Amino acid sequence: MTAASKITAMTLTDRAKRAANVAAEFADNVDVEGRFPSEGMDALKAERLMGIMIRPDFGGEGANLTEVADICAILGQACASTAMTYAMHQIQIASLADYAIGSNWHEEFQKRICAEQLLIASATSEAGIGGNLRNSICAIEVEGDTARLTKDAIVISYGAHADATMVTSRRHPDAAHSDQVATIFLKDQYTLEQTSVWDTLGMRGTCSDGFIFKAEAPKEQILPRPFAEIAAQSMLAVSHLLWGALWYGIAADATARAQSFVKAAARKSPGQVPPGALRLAEASSLLQLVKSNVVAGLKQFAACKGDGDALNAMSFSVAMNNVKIGTSQTILTIINHCMLICGIAGYKNGTPFSLGRHLRDAHSAQLMISNDRILGNTSTMLLVNKQDTSLLG
Amino acid sequence: MKQTIRTILSKHGNLPVSIETVSENADLYDAGLSSFASVQVMLALEEEFDVEFPEHLLNRKSFSSIEEIDAALSEILKDQAA
Repeated sequence: MTAASKITAMTLTDRAKRAANVAAEFADNVDVEGRFPSEGMDALKAERLMGIMIRPDFGGEGANLTEVADICAILGQACASTAMTYAMHQIQIASLADYAIGSNWHEEFQKRICAEQLLIASATSEAGIGGNLRNSICAIEVEGDTARLTKDAIVISYGAHADATMVTSRRHPDAAHSDQVATIFLKDQYTLEQTSVWDTLGMRGTCSDGFIFKAEAPKEQILPRPFAEIAAQSMLAVSHLLWGALWYGIAADATARAQSFVKAAARKSPGQVPPGALRLAEASSLLQLVKSNVVAGLKQFAACKGDGDALNAMSFSVAMNNVKIGTSQTILTIINHCMLICGIAGYKNGTPFSLGRHLRDAHSAQLMISNDRILGNTSTMLLVNKQDTSLLG
Repeated sequence: MKQTIRTILSKHGNLPVSIETVSENADLYDAGLSSFASVQVMLALEEEFDVEFPEHLLNRKSFSSIEEIDAALSEILKDQAA
């Protein structure tokens, strides 16, 4: 038995928990210094968790999205920056695993991801477009067998630390803004000229700096399916579900900290209900709502997977948007409750009850694909799509 | 009907290109149709033909080309006549 096969014989959950323990140890330092969570990411690689959604015959484990979401939730409880880096990487893996079938280069690349535990970034945001995933200004130029691309990418999360980057662009210089393709470029095929520094309130370890991205590669590295299809059927849903899972993790850890605070208070004065206990009960109820929301979304995704019509349905988009809106808003309420419970001990850094990092990391949730944009999108769909009023879907 | 669809697309589709240059089976999303515009087109079609798009036709595919819109509308009108 090789070292790698010994590890993969263990459950994904056990492996994720071990990696999470490492990530937790460095979470505060990653946050304070705003540096890449290399210890947590190295631990995830050591646990062979980077390519698990890839097919077993390419060296992966054929894991489904629910299993990956569980890992994100475990990591979210330890270090949100590690969890977000892992989640964003898996969004690219999901696109590759499902939307490059039959493309020789992309299949070989998936084998490399598993063998070498590669980290894949993505460059979708662009100066002049902002966060609208489905629009590009830059265009890929194909000459002979070579594809060239320059993109003013205002944000590439962990861009300087990735082994490859998936980049969206217009299909050719005359294509409409929404006629896009995605291309995988390997680290040695591009240069990054840094244009901005990721010095933020939270999620500081994702190092989402801005770059001028310049690349040249064989044209076979362009994904065969139109990006419109990948975005609509995979990327948006996978993002909302994996992010929702890790946001749940942040709120779950905050609730656990608040609970130990209440417990400690109860031990000190037996017979009396501590002041924060009722609020903790409220936080617990809200946390369950978030969990149910994510789990229901994962179930719906699993039921639709592989069925283009179901994944393209408006009702599916509405449901996934609702997962994002619900989780991103509710975790803030939960963590704020926990802060009220823990008081100064929660507000202060460096105590067992510190919640500053949680609160700051959680504030990114409403902005990562702006909730206003998503609500606008949902409200458009609700002009024609009937609200699902069934309980069981 | 296809001409009416073209008229509605040119009015509500907000396409960066002239609708006359778009062939019947060309992908409208590739031509620049946004999801917002596709809903506006759908509402205009509902108004024009006095129909309501049923749940199973509320997807990207139904609006991916003039041909697909025509097929979806024909299906709705046929069901309505039945």
